[in-house]
Amino acid sequence: MSLLDVQGLGISFGGLKAVNDVSFKVSPGEIVSVIGPNGAGKTTLFNMISGVYQPGRGSVSLSGTEVTGVAPNRLAEMGLSRTFQNLQIFQEMTVLDNVLAGYHLSERGSVWADLLSLPGMRRRAAEAREGARRLLERVRLDKAAEQVAGNLSYGALKRLEIARALALNPKILLLDEPAAGCNAVETEEIDHLIAELAASGIAILLVEHDMKLVMRISNHIVVLDHGEKIAEGDPATVSRDPAVIAAYLGTEEEEPAHADG
Amino acid sequence: MTGRNKWISLGVLALLIALLPLFFPSGYYYRVGALIFVNALSVVGLVILIGYAGQISLGHAGFAGIGAYACALAPEHLGLHPALAVLLGAVVSGVMAALIGKPILRLKGYYLAVATLGFGILVSMVLTNERALTGGPDGMNVADLGLRGLLRDMGWRLSGGEFWYMICGVVLLVGAWLALNLFDSPSGRAMRALHGSEVAASTVGVDVPRQKLRAFVISAVYASVAGSLLALQNGYITPDVAGFMHSVEMVTMAVLGGVGSVLGATFGAAILTLLPQVLTVFAEYEQLVLGLVMVLVMIFLPQGLLPSIARRLKGRDE
Repeated sequence: MSLLDVQGLGISFGGLKAVNDVSFKVSPGEIVSVIGPNGAGKTTLFNMISGVYQPGRGSVSLSGTEVTGVAPNRLAEMGLSRTFQNLQIFQEMTVLDNVLAGYHLSERGSVWADLLSLPGMRRRAAEAREGARRLLERVRLDKAAEQVAGNLSYGALKRLEIARALALNPKILLLDEPAAGCNAVETEEIDHLIAELAASGIAILLVEHDMKLVMRISNHIVVLDHGEKIAEGDPATVSRDPAVIAAYLGTEEEEPAHADG
Repeated sequence: MTGRNKWISLGVLALLIALLPLFFPSGYYYRVGALIFVNALSVVGLVILIGYAGQISLGHAGFAGIGAYACALAPEHLGLHPALAVLLGAVVSGVMAALIGKPILRLKGYYLAVATLGFGILVSMVLTNERALTGGPDGMNVADLGLRGLLRDMGWRLSGGEFWYMICGVVLLVGAWLALNLFDSPSGRAMRALHGSEVAASTVGVDVPRQKLRAFVISAVYASVAGSLLALQNGYITPDVAGFMHSVEMVTMAVLGGVGSVLGATFGAAILTLLPQVLTVFAEYEQLVLGLVMVLVMIFLPQGLLPSIARRLKGRDE
């Protein structure tokens, strides 16, 4: 059974169909990429799947349970975690606290335990702190742990967001342009990290503009244009698909297949 | 903030509370000190709401009013001991905060400010107009706590000023300890996270409305206890305690001192409680100078007095 099942998902903003009738599935350990030109609706699709937007049509299922329009914090409890294209970092908090926030679900307890600093809370927090430090090492931010996150470079913040998303110990991870603004070395690191995560059984849904990265690591690619799915398949198939080439390079007049789509 | 910082903050606060009386030229200063501690207590509550969770309230004096009038009314009408009346006030304030917080915390920024302002004004109007119960604008007497008499019987003679200085100092320390615990706890992190980005906080599993409500209720209880202590030490209370000016004063103290830090908030409360006393030398220009000081602080030290000073000192070390 697929972990994530998206069926006929759509949303309109003031009459404009930002995403229309998009369906695909993601299985555990699989890397599925969503690609498409700017404005194709990739981030909107992510926002619907992760509960940030309420879909207008269609359904989303997670591990066989329908979760269409369920709040992001409930989806987090069910094992869905994500990063953001336009970084959503807790700027005023330290790097370590940012990752610890990702441990919220495993370290939360009663508010009394928090106010009185009871041993149970301290134990949970200590466990979370240990995990957070390991994750920071994994993304090479362990030395910056006590720094205020707002002071970090863009590439470092990208890695911090991934570490925070991993802190949830997700079953499925949605990465929205993780390599954007990163140099070649950083991109390669992210490439390795994603492959590692998938190998450990996490399902990955990826939006990325770096085509080399996408073609290299994806098992399956979904191509969007003007909010519609115009193609899907393995990297080799998709890269030869005329509709995809047309969407990226522009269409001639005699190629009307998707102009009305 | 690490665990070590917590104990440093608390240690500094405890030392100040314990040692300041050595420099008091007269017994009157115990009164001023106790007033500072009461103000600081409600401001520490606002640090949790504003500094941690990033929400605003211009109506927290309403909760101070509930706490104060609980101490005035409950002993007389319900036969409760004044100490239990403090508790009752805190519970009523907490429940009220939960009830009104649920709908209004969905609002953001100045909409939230106006909604909380409305609540504060409502409480103050009820206290002013329910003359039969509250004595109206003239206020009412508050029963004695009885603890000072008990201590005297045990051979520990304290003046009223000394006694309330001690009580309020201890309660402030407890309040600061709880707030500092909260800062570095799962709830505190969740509050600070939603302050930074609500959407990111919810994607890491934070129930954003719930955490906002938590911060609102906790800060309401702080204000309520502060109001109770004010009523008990004065032995008298008027609806001014719930007035709009008191709400604004609380927020100003918090922002002036540094809304992100418990110690800063205490500092802000101390400055704004003391300044009017010092500025009496300026006679009719007192308000003018007070306003000017606040404007200058906000322009040149926007993080608040204490954090800005701390940052400067730190910068010099490096």
